[in-house]
Amino acid sequence: MSLNYRCPEFLVERVESNCIECQACERQCANEVHFYDQDFEKMRAKDENCVNCHRCVVICPTNAIGIRKHPSEYKENHNWTAGMINNIQKQAESGGVLLSGMGNPTKKKIYWDHLLLNASQVTNPSIDPLREPMELKTFLGRKPSKLEFDEEEQIKDLPPQLELSAPIMFGAMSFGSISINACKSLARAASEVGIIYNTGEGGLHEDLRQYGENTMVQVASGRFGVNQDYLEAGAGIEIKIGQGAKPGIGGHLPGEKVGPEVSKTRMIPEGTDALSPAPHHDIYSIEDLRQLIYALKEATDYQKPVSVKISAVHNSAAIASGIATAGADIITIDGYRGGTGAAPTMIRDNVGIPIELALAAVDDRLREEGLRNQVSLVVSGSVRNSADVVKAIALGADAVYIASAALISLGCHMCQSCYTGKCNWGIATQEPELVKRLNPEVGFERAKNLIEGWAHEIKEMLGGMGINALESLRGNRLMLRGIDLTDRELEILGVKLAGE
Amino acid sequence: MKRIYAKEEYCLGCKLCEVYCVTSHSASKDIIKAHKLESITPRLIIESSDNLSFALQCRHCDEADCTRACITGAMQKDEETGVVNYDEERCVGCWTCIMACSFGVIRREQAGKKVIAKCDLCIEEEAPACVTNCPNDALVLAERAEEEGVQ
Repeated sequence: MSLNYRCPEFLVERVESNCIECQACERQCANEVHFYDQDFEKMRAKDENCVNCHRCVVICPTNAIGIRKHPSEYKENHNWTAGMINNIQKQAESGGVLLSGMGNPTKKKIYWDHLLLNASQVTNPSIDPLREPMELKTFLGRKPSKLEFDEEEQIKDLPPQLELSAPIMFGAMSFGSISINACKSLARAASEVGIIYNTGEGGLHEDLRQYGENTMVQVASGRFGVNQDYLEAGAGIEIKIGQGAKPGIGGHLPGEKVGPEVSKTRMIPEGTDALSPAPHHDIYSIEDLRQLIYALKEATDYQKPVSVKISAVHNSAAIASGIATAGADIITIDGYRGGTGAAPTMIRDNVGIPIELALAAVDDRLREEGLRNQVSLVVSGSVRNSADVVKAIALGADAVYIASAALISLGCHMCQSCYTGKCNWGIATQEPELVKRLNPEVGFERAKNLIEGWAHEIKEMLGGMGINALESLRGNRLMLRGIDLTDRELEILGVKLAGE
Repeated sequence: MKRIYAKEEYCLGCKLCEVYCVTSHSASKDIIKAHKLESITPRLIIESSDNLSFALQCRHCDEADCTRACITGAMQKDEETGVVNYDEERCVGCWTCIMACSFGVIRREQAGKKVIAKCDLCIEEEAPACVTNCPNDALVLAERAEEEGVQ
């Protein structure tokens, strides 16, 4: 087709008086937006190529570049939005499935923002975390129904636990979907802060084995890189059933991203597509899931907690109850705003339910059935800041996974173009010249700072509530109040309305 | 002595080291004026081939060929700081140093009365401008004992 019917999404604005023609923007743009025009002796831009990743904006030494939404607008229409029209134009060109990167960006209610936290006033004292000890330590795993001690006063038969210095883990992102330097940054940060990162289903690269104690190794439907060593290399094992961004469908890492290192780590031939089937072909029931859970426990001599990750869907509570009885030690629920390197747009934007509601429902159900102590509950799917973490804990979670936030700490500017493989920040790419843009020495420090910053803030919020240990907040929904929520929403969340 | 080392595995080839080197050696010290009103030669060179790139500055050799080649004794190694620098009053512009330098890091200065341009390690600043401003920490100022013998 000769004519591209789509209007450019973004407009590159350059402050000519600031531009020194150093061409750093040109060298840093994998989308080939900027170029130096020798005839005009100045920098120019191909707006239509811009994905608004801000790499040029940040790298420009004179702040000469600004990117904004292209001013051309469709005639106002609340039904046929610009996004919908553009999507149809794209499909009319390609005949393919619409792809998107990162989490669901649509304008739907974000329940975190309708929940408010409590603080102590007069009748109970707040605590200053700078002066008094404050405990964020979190243990994930099956908790015994009763405690028995041996002669040395050690707990007898305590199931394996994951120890976290804060209730936060880095969510599953495979080597392949993200670069080795991004993996190294997160793994090292997790190890320095004393939390866990998750390998995703891409296997475990040799360079990351040193961080084993802080690693959750994932077993997903593609079984990439899974072997005895792999299972034993981590602190815990996670069976991935679903992902919040694309419940019900599998994954597809295109062959061009399967270079020598990804190939070796995933144990698949170089250049072949890495296809993760939608279901695990050996799991068609809770009983089948139980077999896999116990196969993994047997393989690791019952030394590693086993997590099962599902996406938040209509029946999450019943499914979670099944997972708990199947023998999982940790249940992870990924909400519909969860991130992804690539998902069909229609699935990402329309399938699944909000994590806040799923969390409340699952926690309630597990309590009702007396199963809550048998499993730890981890939630993910757009935990954006430390207040979201605190709200999640108060709703009943033991810990959260953060992945989008972790990538943002490494430089991601949420352009949502991960699936192009041209990530200018060196994160969602396997191109060597782009991968090296993320120096793991810099990356690990940034990811570590993020966790440390959030931990400080969580302590402040706990202190404000007069609580000195995170354990006292778990499932303590009295510390939450809702605003702008219907009675039915409040009922599901198990939260009172502000003022009550 | 502390020298500037490049970690080529993290060099983006963005050439911001050059931009900040020019600014640091300009009269105005203003990034825009330095580039638009002055004509400063960068004190470093950027080697690149395919996806590999790195910035290279004067190695401030212990036994520097340029100091030996200099016909007027303008090029000297400062015994105290270890920096190889030159005295523009004594320099006659024969460019023998440029020919003698095996790293190719001495260049002709395009502006001002200085005749050559080479890295002075921004000795009056806390750290060299290229190191401070590298966006990916691909340049470091470090003491490396094992490389002290570098010529």
